[in-house]
Amino acid sequence: MAHLLDDDPRIIEFDVRTDEMLVNMGPQHPSTHGVLRLVLRTDGEVVSEVEPHIGYLHRCAEKIGENITHRQFIPYTDRMDYLAAMNMNLGWALAVEKLMKYQVSEKARHLRVLIAEMNRIASHLVGMGAYGLDLGTFSPFLYAFREREKILDLFEEACGARLTYSYITVGGLTADLPTGWLQRCEAFLEQFEPIIQEYHALLTTNAIFVKRTASIGVMSRELAIDYGCSGPVLRGSGVDQDMRRDGEAIYTAMYEGYAFEVAVMKDGHYPRDHDYPAVPADAVLGDCWHRFFVRMLEVVQSMDLVRQAIDRYSACKGPLGDPVKLTEKMPAGDAYLETECPKGQMGFYIVSDGSAIPWRARARSSSFSNLAVTHELCRGCLIADVPAIVGSLDVVMGEIDR
Amino acid sequence: MRGPGFLEQLEAAVPGAVVGKNLEALDPWIEVAPERIADVCAWLARSSPVRFDSLQCITAVDWCEPDPKKAAKVAWQPHTEMVYHLWSTPARASLVVKAKLPRWQADVPGQPPEIPTVCGVWRGANWHEREVYDLSGVWFTGHPDLRRILCPEDWEGFPLRKDYEMPLDYHGIRGR
Repeated sequence: MAHLLDDDPRIIEFDVRTDEMLVNMGPQHPSTHGVLRLVLRTDGEVVSEVEPHIGYLHRCAEKIGENITHRQFIPYTDRMDYLAAMNMNLGWALAVEKLMKYQVSEKARHLRVLIAEMNRIASHLVGMGAYGLDLGTFSPFLYAFREREKILDLFEEACGARLTYSYITVGGLTADLPTGWLQRCEAFLEQFEPIIQEYHALLTTNAIFVKRTASIGVMSRELAIDYGCSGPVLRGSGVDQDMRRDGEAIYTAMYEGYAFEVAVMKDGHYPRDHDYPAVPADAVLGDCWHRFFVRMLEVVQSMDLVRQAIDRYSACKGPLGDPVKLTEKMPAGDAYLETECPKGQMGFYIVSDGSAIPWRARARSSSFSNLAVTHELCRGCLIADVPAIVGSLDVVMGEIDR
Repeated sequence: MRGPGFLEQLEAAVPGAVVGKNLEALDPWIEVAPERIADVCAWLARSSPVRFDSLQCITAVDWCEPDPKKAAKVAWQPHTEMVYHLWSTPARASLVVKAKLPRWQADVPGQPPEIPTVCGVWRGANWHEREVYDLSGVWFTGHPDLRRILCPEDWEGFPLRKDYEMPLDYHGIRGR
């Protein structure tokens, strides 16, 4: 038996009787990204079953949406994914605009791209930093938050809020950028660009980090699609899908003319592979490392998109245009739109009876679908891998519970 | 987007299931008989030329006007509408499947209407159906683990129904 014990910690000594045990992780566990409770059925170190319990942050956003007008609902979308509130605002605003067949001005379009991509960087920085925390390293979190703080400062200048912006709204944006904002944004990008290499040194290529994430929580392509996973979780499994390119016309039109390559592994390599650290030998497509790496690539991709948006936005003459009236009536009917948020595809479904107040406001949360797959990924893993797997999904509870 | 003859193929595979359609709508939809939903979805996900391999969202819309004055003016009969948003990863196309249910099973208030589960088609449907059951009160027959997901397990009523009344007290917490 001795040689077996050396190889695999999961092989239990034959004369030791073990019992199954139920262990509660959460709802206040720091590595659960909010108030998520996981009930683990374990036998020693091995997890045989994981059951997530959600709903601790349920605030009836959908019910509230049935009682207020479409524009009044914007602040509630902020509180869904509070780490990427701009993207949430955008998702709802576009869904209402789809129903109204409303088209925003060219200037507003580029400003939306600019702001949404900046928020994507901020969200991925949190995802990256918090993932480090999950795995027991504190410093990346501080480095990530230092840079995120600068993005929040920029957002504060633009709209007055640091987290719940309500900046993008139905029919455009609430205000134009203040003077000098674009220069400050460019200065930030200039300063931020070299720091990404630091992140790669701290996490991506870190030997301990690679050991903790490579080949852990492998999700096959089929499993990801079957569960309706999206965003970096789906792309981390090698599915080439990004709503910014593949989505509906009203959304892809926003990115028309922008050059970007979807961050996904194709034919064994990522786009512009030479700029980035090589994929570690232990990593297999669909594991925690790949999900993390896709996020890191998207940070660079978003920086590129922000630069393009700055150019296009500054070239636009004329006014930004006013948002629609607070009580503007929507045509009767229904519309569903998914947008590519940092966490995945966020869908909003509006049913209207012809008034300004939606008959039904539905939010399809990407984190909800991404988290639903946890029990499949955690079956048979070690207890210490559970935070690594849940962290790699980068879920935010505000969006799951709504 | 869904190819020519799509509806004819669906009709041949699952005869009599489609009871309505609007392929010109903002989001093209087909309406199916509720008891056939699992068959239709299985065909759409596995056998149709455009394989809708991903379920994005399940929504229940409660068509009910609690105010009798306004209820006299509406054009529809009270019912619960199920809306399934499907997505095809290979074809990058979407489809909406709808089904009409009564508001209550056999018109007994408090008795949720029933529809077959689609968990056997997409595993991701599990949580979505639990959420619909929890908030809108639709019973998915054949679901492996149908219980509340967002609300506490001892919660009463279905909050997203239009005639839902907020409880005045929950374990000593004042409702309003």
